[in-house]
Amino acid sequence: MSMMEFLPELVLIGMTLIFFGLSLFNAGSVLVGRVALGGAGLLVLASFAALNAEGMLFFDAYRVDLFSQTFKLLIALGFLGVLSLSAGFPGVRREISSEYAMFLFISTMGLTFLVSSVELLTILLCLEISSFALYVAIPMRKGAHRVQYEAGIKYVLFGALATGITVFGMSYVVGLTGTTYLSELGPVLPELVRSEPLALIGLLMILTGFFYKLAMFPMHFWTPDVYEGAANETTAFVATLPKIAAVALLIRFVASSGADTGHLIWILSVFAVLSMTYGNLAALVQNDIKRLLAFSSIAHAGYVMVGILSVGPEGFASAIYYVFGYMVMTLGCFYVICQVAPAGENLTFEGLKGLHRRSPLLALTLAVAACGMAGIPPAVGFPTKFLVFTAAIGKGYFGLVILAVINAAISAFYYLKLVRAAYALPENEPAAEERKGFALGLPVAAFGVFITAVILASGLFPEPIVAMAREAVGALL
Amino acid sequence: MTNALIYNSLGYPILSVVLLTPLAGAACCFFIRNQTVLKFWGLLVTLMTAALSLPLWTAFDRTTADYQFVEQLDWFPSIGLSYQLGVDGISVLLVLLTTLIMPLCILCSWKYIEHRLAEFIFVILAMETAMIGVFVSMNTVLFYIFWEAMLIPMYLLIAVWGGPRKDYAAIKFFLYTFIGSIFFLVAIVALRVKTGTFFIPDLMAAEYSFAWQAWIFAACALAFAVKIPMFPFHTWLPAAHVEAPTAGSVILASILLKMGGYGFLRFCLPMAPQATEMFAPFLIALSLVGILYGGYLALGQNDIKKLIAYSSVGHMGFVTLGIFLLNDEGVKGAMLQMINHGITTGALFICIGIIYERTHSRDIGDNSALGMFMPVYVTFLGIFSLSSLAFPGTNSFVGEFLVLMGAFRSQPLVGAIAIPGAILAAAYMLRLLQKMVWASSDGHIHHHDEVVLEGGHGEDHGHGRKLWDLDLRETACLTFLVVFVFWIGLNPQPVLSVMDASVTHLLEQVAAGQGTAEALTGH
Repeated sequence: MSMMEFLPELVLIGMTLIFFGLSLFNAGSVLVGRVALGGAGLLVLASFAALNAEGMLFFDAYRVDLFSQTFKLLIALGFLGVLSLSAGFPGVRREISSEYAMFLFISTMGLTFLVSSVELLTILLCLEISSFALYVAIPMRKGAHRVQYEAGIKYVLFGALATGITVFGMSYVVGLTGTTYLSELGPVLPELVRSEPLALIGLLMILTGFFYKLAMFPMHFWTPDVYEGAANETTAFVATLPKIAAVALLIRFVASSGADTGHLIWILSVFAVLSMTYGNLAALVQNDIKRLLAFSSIAHAGYVMVGILSVGPEGFASAIYYVFGYMVMTLGCFYVICQVAPAGENLTFEGLKGLHRRSPLLALTLAVAACGMAGIPPAVGFPTKFLVFTAAIGKGYFGLVILAVINAAISAFYYLKLVRAAYALPENEPAAEERKGFALGLPVAAFGVFITAVILASGLFPEPIVAMAREAVGALL
Repeated sequence: MTNALIYNSLGYPILSVVLLTPLAGAACCFFIRNQTVLKFWGLLVTLMTAALSLPLWTAFDRTTADYQFVEQLDWFPSIGLSYQLGVDGISVLLVLLTTLIMPLCILCSWKYIEHRLAEFIFVILAMETAMIGVFVSMNTVLFYIFWEAMLIPMYLLIAVWGGPRKDYAAIKFFLYTFIGSIFFLVAIVALRVKTGTFFIPDLMAAEYSFAWQAWIFAACALAFAVKIPMFPFHTWLPAAHVEAPTAGSVILASILLKMGGYGFLRFCLPMAPQATEMFAPFLIALSLVGILYGGYLALGQNDIKKLIAYSSVGHMGFVTLGIFLLNDEGVKGAMLQMINHGITTGALFICIGIIYERTHSRDIGDNSALGMFMPVYVTFLGIFSLSSLAFPGTNSFVGEFLVLMGAFRSQPLVGAIAIPGAILAAAYMLRLLQKMVWASSDGHIHHHDEVVLEGGHGEDHGHGRKLWDLDLRETACLTFLVVFVFWIGLNPQPVLSVMDASVTHLLEQVAAGQGTAEALTGH
C-alpha cells in the first residue's frame, strides 16, 4: 500500500482530527470556515494527484481504481463547492461550528471510503459512517426553528430503516453465495438472480437501501423534511455528496448483478418512473425553495436511474455525467439560497421576488441553474439528459424514455417558476427593502460567476467529462 | 483546432460570424451604462449582422441543392457530434429574413422600452443568435440546442416587458413549445441510435422502416405543429402576441413561427417520406381548418393585435397546406409565404406598436378615423393590409397564388375549400382598414370639419388622444419593409430562384423515398 492509494482518505482523516482539536479550543467560525475551505482544497488536490492510483487494500475489501478515484474527485469537488457556498457556516450556531465542520468531514470521509468499498460489510460500515455524521449535523441549525429536530429524527429513522433493509438483503445474498466480496459475487450473481427469487429479492433490498442516499423512490420520504429543516449549508451537502456516492455504489452493484437480463431491470424502471413522476408532481405545488429542490432531487434520482439501468459503458458514463451536472446545478441553486437568506432562514418564492433588481448575478445564476435542471440547452442539464436518453434508447427502452421526457416537460413548469420569481414579478412600487441590493463580496461574486460558467461550459463542452466518465467505467467493466 | 473545415468560396466562416456577432454584442450590453448608447449599440450590432449576412445572398450558388458555406468543427467526438453549419436554398432565405428583421425590432422599441434596457437589448441579441442558429445548424443536436435556447429569451421578452397578462401568456408560450419540442428530442435520440449520426444530410439519406418513419414523423410534427402553430395547437399564439411588446410580436410573427414550417421541410418530408404521404391528408385538413377558423376568429376581433394574431393562424395554414401538397408550386408557395408573412405581418405589428404608443389602446374603436391625423401612417397601414390579404402586386399574392395553384393542380377540392380563406382575409383586413382609417368610434364615417389640426398634431376631442404622424425612425422602418412587399410582389423570381434547386431536390427525395418504400413493401 502506497501513500498515493490512500491519499484523499488520509487528508480527510487528518482534517477530521484537526477539527476535533479546534473544537477543544472553541475556535471562531471564521477560522473554522477558512480551515475547512483549505482542507477541502487540499482534498481536491489529493484526489487529483491520486486519480491514477490503483491497488487493493485491507484484505481486498477496498479497491482503488480509476472508477473509485474519479468518484473521489467528484466528491472532493462537490465538497469544496458546498463549503464555498457560505463562509463560516452562518446557518449554524457559532459555538459549535468546528464540531459541525468535523461532522461534515467525517461524512465526506464515509462517502469517500464508500466508493472504494468492494465488500458488503465494508460498504455497510462506510454507509453508516457517512450517515451517522449527518444524523448529528442536520439538527445543528441556528435559531429556534424546531423543524431541524424533525429533520434530524426523520433522517435517523429512515436511515435506520434503510440500513435494516440493506442488511436484510445482504443476509439473503450472503446466505446464498457464502461470500461478502463483490469480486466473488460478480461471477455468480447474474445467474443466481435469474434462477433464485431469493437472490433477486436480496439484491433488490440492498439496492433499496442505497436508494435512501440517492433519495429515490421508495426511500425518498425523508427528503423534503430534511431539506427544509436542515441549515442551508447542510442541505447543500445532503443534496449533492451522498448522491454522488450512491450513484457509484449503484453502478457497482448493477454492473455486477447482470441486471440487463432479468426482472431486476423492470423493477428498477418502475422505481425510476415513480421517482420522476412523484418528485415532479409534488414539486409543482411547493412554495419553499428547499422543499422544491428536495422533490426535484427525487425526480432527478429517477433520471440517473434511467442511465444506470441502461447497463453498459454508455449508460454508466451517462449516469456519472448526469450526477456531475446535477451537482453543479444544485450548487448553483444553493449558492443563491445561501446568499439571499444569509441568516439561514428558509427561502420562499416570496423571498425571491425582484431578485434581479437586488442582484443581477444571483438572478442570472438561479436562472441558468434552473434552466439547466429543466434540461434547456446550453446548460449542462441538456447534454446530461440527452446522454441518459441516448443510452436508454440504445437499449430499446422507448417507453421509459417517453415517460422520462413527459416528466422533463412537467418539471419545466416549476423550474420556470423559479426564473419567473427571480425576474419578472414585482414591476410596480417595490418595497424599500426589496430595492436594497445585495452587497456580494468579490470572492462570493466570483464564485457565482464561476459556478454559472461551469454550468454553461460543462454543457457546451461535455467531451472531457464524458471521456473521463467512460474511462472510469472502463476500469469497472 | 486542427480539424476545423470551411467549405466556401469566401474563405472565412461566414455563418459563424453571422451567428456569433449578435451574441458577442449581447455580452457587451451590461458594460454600457448610457441608455441612448445602449439603443445605438443594439442597432449597430443588428445592422452589422445584417450587413455581414448579405454575402449569403450574393455568393449563394443558385444552381445546386447542396448545403453551402459549410463549416465543421469537432465538438463532442465520442458521440459523433460536431459543430456543423451550412445553408441551402430553404434555410438561407430564413437566415436573411432574420438578420433583416432584427434591426427593425430594435428600432420599433426605441421609445417603447424604457425600463431595463440593457437586459432588453441583451435578450433581443441573444434571441437573434438562437434564431440564426436554428436555420444554419446542420446537425440535429445543434438544431435542438438553438431551438430550445430560443425559448428563454422569448419567455423573458413576454414575461418582463409584456402587457397586463404577461405571466399567463409567457408560461403558456413556454409550456406549449417546450412540451412540443421535447418529443422532438426523443426523435433525435432515436434517429441517432438507429443511424449512428446526427448529421442532417446523412439522416435524410438513410432509409427507415415505415413504423420508424411514422413515429419519427409524429414526434417531429408535434413540435413543429405547435411552433407554426397549426390548429388545434394555436391557442398560445394570440395570448403571446397580445401580451408581448412590439419587438416580441414582430419576432414571433416574422421568425419564430417560420421555424415550424422550416422543421417540416427539413425533417418530416425528407426523413419520413412514406409517413408524410400517409399523414399529409390529415395535415392538409388541419391546415384548411386553420385557414378558415383563423380567418373566422380574426373577423370578430376588436383588439387589433389579436386580429393580426388570428390572421397569422390563417396564413400559417396556407404554409402548411402548401408544404403537404407535396408538389413544386405548393412547397415553393409555402416557402415564399413564410418570407412574405415575415415581412407583412412583422410590418403590421410595427404599425400596431406605433399606434399603441400614441393612444395606449389596441382597440379598433379607440383607434378610429386615423386617416385625418396620420396620412403617412395610414398609407403604410393600407399597403401592408393589402399585402396581408394578398392583393395582386404585393408579395403575399405571389405566395398564396402559388399555394392555391399547387392545390388545384393536385387536389382541386382542397383548393376550393381554401379559397374562402382568402376571401375571409379580405373581409377582416378591409374591416380593420375601414374602421381604423375612416370610421369614428361610433361606427360612422367621420366628418372632417369636426377636427382641428394643430401644427401637424391632431387632437381628437372625443377621446382626448394626441396623434402625430410618423417620425423619421418609424417611416424608415416601414419604408424598408414596403420595398420588400413590392419587390417580391412584382418580381418574385430572384427569391424563387434561390429556393428552386433545393425544393426540387427535396421533392425528389420525398418521391424517391416513397418509391423505395413501395418497392420494399411490394405495393
